[in-house]
Amino acid sequence: MKQYAEAFTAFNRDAENGWLKSQRIAAFARFEYLGFPTSSVEEWKYTDTKALAKREFKLATGYNQSAAAELFASKGLTLDAYRLVFVDGLLSPELSNLEGLQEAVVIEPLSQALATELELTCGMMGRLAGIDVDVFTALNFAFVNEGAVVRIGNNQTLNKPLLITYLSMANDAAVMSHPRIIVAAGANSELQLIEHFIGEEEAQNLTNRVVEGIMERNAKIHHTLLQQPSDKEWWIGRIQIDQKRDSRYTSHQMNLGGKLVRDDLVCDLNGEGAECDFSGLLFGRNRQHMDIHTLVNHNAPLTNSYETYKTILNDRSQGVFNSKVIVKKDSQKIHAVQNNANLLLSDQAQINAKPELEIYADDVKCAHGATTGQLDLDALFYLMARGIGEEEARGLLTLAFANEVIDKLELPEIYNLVETTVAGQLPHKIELELTQ
Amino acid sequence: MANEEMEQLVRTEYKQGFVTDIESDTLAPGLDEGVVRYISAKKKEPQWLLDWRLEAFALWKKMHDPQAWANIEYPKIDYQAISYYSAPGAKDKDAPKSLDEVDPKLLETFEKLGIPLHERAALAGVRGVAVDAVFDSVSVGTTFKKELAEAGVIFSSISEAVQEHPELVRKYLGTVVSQTDNYYAALNSAVFTDGSFVFVPKGVTCPMELSTYFRINAANTGQFERTLIICEEGAQVSYLEGCTAPMRDENQLHAAVVELVALDDAYIKYSTVQNWYPGDEEGLGGIYNFVTKRGDCRGDRSKITWTQVETGSAITWKYPSCILRGKDSVGEFYSVAVTNNYQQADTGTKMIHIGEGSRSTIISKGISAGKSNQSYRGLVKILPSAKNARNFTQCDSLLLGDKCGAHTFPYQEIGNSTAQVEHEATTSKIGEDQLFYCMQRGISEEDSVNMIVNGFCKDVFQELPMEFAVEAEALLNVTLEGAVG
Repeated sequence: MKQYAEAFTAFNRDAENGWLKSQRIAAFARFEYLGFPTSSVEEWKYTDTKALAKREFKLATGYNQSAAAELFASKGLTLDAYRLVFVDGLLSPELSNLEGLQEAVVIEPLSQALATELELTCGMMGRLAGIDVDVFTALNFAFVNEGAVVRIGNNQTLNKPLLITYLSMANDAAVMSHPRIIVAAGANSELQLIEHFIGEEEAQNLTNRVVEGIMERNAKIHHTLLQQPSDKEWWIGRIQIDQKRDSRYTSHQMNLGGKLVRDDLVCDLNGEGAECDFSGLLFGRNRQHMDIHTLVNHNAPLTNSYETYKTILNDRSQGVFNSKVIVKKDSQKIHAVQNNANLLLSDQAQINAKPELEIYADDVKCAHGATTGQLDLDALFYLMARGIGEEEARGLLTLAFANEVIDKLELPEIYNLVETTVAGQLPHKIELELTQ
Repeated sequence: MANEEMEQLVRTEYKQGFVTDIESDTLAPGLDEGVVRYISAKKKEPQWLLDWRLEAFALWKKMHDPQAWANIEYPKIDYQAISYYSAPGAKDKDAPKSLDEVDPKLLETFEKLGIPLHERAALAGVRGVAVDAVFDSVSVGTTFKKELAEAGVIFSSISEAVQEHPELVRKYLGTVVSQTDNYYAALNSAVFTDGSFVFVPKGVTCPMELSTYFRINAANTGQFERTLIICEEGAQVSYLEGCTAPMRDENQLHAAVVELVALDDAYIKYSTVQNWYPGDEEGLGGIYNFVTKRGDCRGDRSKITWTQVETGSAITWKYPSCILRGKDSVGEFYSVAVTNNYQQADTGTKMIHIGEGSRSTIISKGISAGKSNQSYRGLVKILPSAKNARNFTQCDSLLLGDKCGAHTFPYQEIGNSTAQVEHEATTSKIGEDQLFYCMQRGISEEDSVNMIVNGFCKDVFQELPMEFAVEAEALLNVTLEGAVG
């Protein structure tokens, strides 16, 4: 706690704007009040933050340009997209590229937006992910300085995807970053947002990123999260989406890296006809701990939500899957489906799953299913009877298990990246022929 | 259905809501060490049991009311306003020695509730049911004791068992649900007054169904019963439990503990039809049913089945659980819970798999109507030692009306790659097409709903012993009467 207080005082001392300064102070007070969650907090029952609390992190003051460029070139996505790149939480202007942005669309770094359009930015910031949401969200708010503001005007379709890449570097002292992404999608607008987290092998930083998305009537957001930093990285993420009438939010959360991962996704379906569709993959190895929490609030009638999550756990990894659907009173004609399948590849791996439903309206159709098991022995036998070795057959079946969610990734570059990463992390290596 | 019509139907009487006017020996409200000593002395208990109670009481005082986590709401209970002991009969009179000495008024009460306490010759083709009747804090009589004794089965009230078989009680009491297990279990350990004790020795199949009927009568009392069932190697028993209480405006606390122990190859089937007074349509009165029930499958291939039909109580907080310690042991949980008006229920089960090849099945059906709220809360835990463990869970909720709630909180903690765990849950209302289909065949709306609801619960009802299944179906219809419109 002390180290955070010191870092915070130094960080906020020189803030130019009084309002922002006081907001940050309130946020930090909230963080101090809540403290790191213990297992007696239901939301954190299975995820122990003790080890994280003991770590020391500093705010990055600069970065090595060539190392960042090298990392981006080797692990970053090559995609025709608008690019924003952050290195240890700092904007990298030389790797970012927002050229050719169409009219009625604003994409800018948060630091810039805070400097030039403070009122507008502050009006949006914290509306969904305020300091009361969670302790890490409060911490993010206390250190808020960098990230992105994305505003898509009415009836606009962003002509290229927006790719935000976060690089985590191996520094002498571990650093922390608290990026915040604010997206405001106007009526009938559409945008594809891709977030990519990568890092150097030895990086052991804390990334605590927050996304706030406000979606007007009939807006569409396709959100892909590729979370694959080093296995020593501490990664906390939160996405909060507010959906108006007929809007549609699609999310793909691919959690493949990190030492301790906590991924929160919350959608408020506030207008009739709003719909959200989540899919995700959790692939844990070694001693990784991965925790995914989703929450869908059906605040309006005629709203739908769909969730499909797959977990593969090997070695001594631990997985947590917790999804919650709340149907408010008078939110009639609801369709909600939660699907969760878990595959344990090792006896030391552990999964804790909790698909919850809280329903206060009667005209609903809600279902959830959660299964945990091992590979189908009949399927294994079938493959082996056709001359495929056991190792390879196991690999194929594991990949096929993950494919149900990987298949939903539409861009071939992303699809290929995820599939090869998953295939490469399998205990039983298999050869892949990539689809181009 | 028109609103007035519906309201009229909702006002279905709680048939068991009468009060028996009987002289009773009731302890003044309040709770301190003296009360614990009084209860123990009243029951002429040995010193070890008194010590055990006092230990539990000391621990309880340090614990906190577990209001925070369960999905239920109620005002804080004043434990000093409850009387912890109430027995029918005058103070100075000795307890009746046999059923013939029991106050006829009491027998009449149980007769009225449909529980005959005389050993009437069983109907042709129907096996008799041995009954232990508990009225407020004491057991008033146990039937068919002689016949059971011939088979080697011990079936008596727990107070009697403490006198007659202290070694058995001492060996097993508190080994499944410890004194500190939870707040209400600790309270129960300190002040439990009566309950049933069943011991089925090695290789014996209990010749008849055993049952206990609990009745709360006196005002301002709490009922704290403790039941202990032990099945030795290869033994089998089927045990039923029923309960009712008079209609009163204040809430009464019922905090029971049930412990089951199954050794190698033993089978215990425990069925409950819980029909405590649920409170009136305004949510006034009713029983707080805070119960700890747990079975320990200690032996290999042992099996414990919990079947429950929960229709009563203002608040239910109950998780009959199984600890599947033995190799290839089996745990089953079948539940129908119905809530109406302002009832709240947070119920479910825990299946703790420790033994290799252990299996469990959970079928839970919840029906919410009126302004009630109901939660299924279940845990399936598979330890690394439980190789090839298997669980199947299904919990379905049916919503009748737009002011009620149905919630599902299933916890899965799985630490073994060979485990196979399946969970599925659905929540919906009665399909209009289903209703239409029945009605266009000339079945009235009410009957159609009853039929559909009964069908929804069939998986559980068929697990109940014959006599109870009929009662449960009737109970379900009464509870839901008028809830659909």
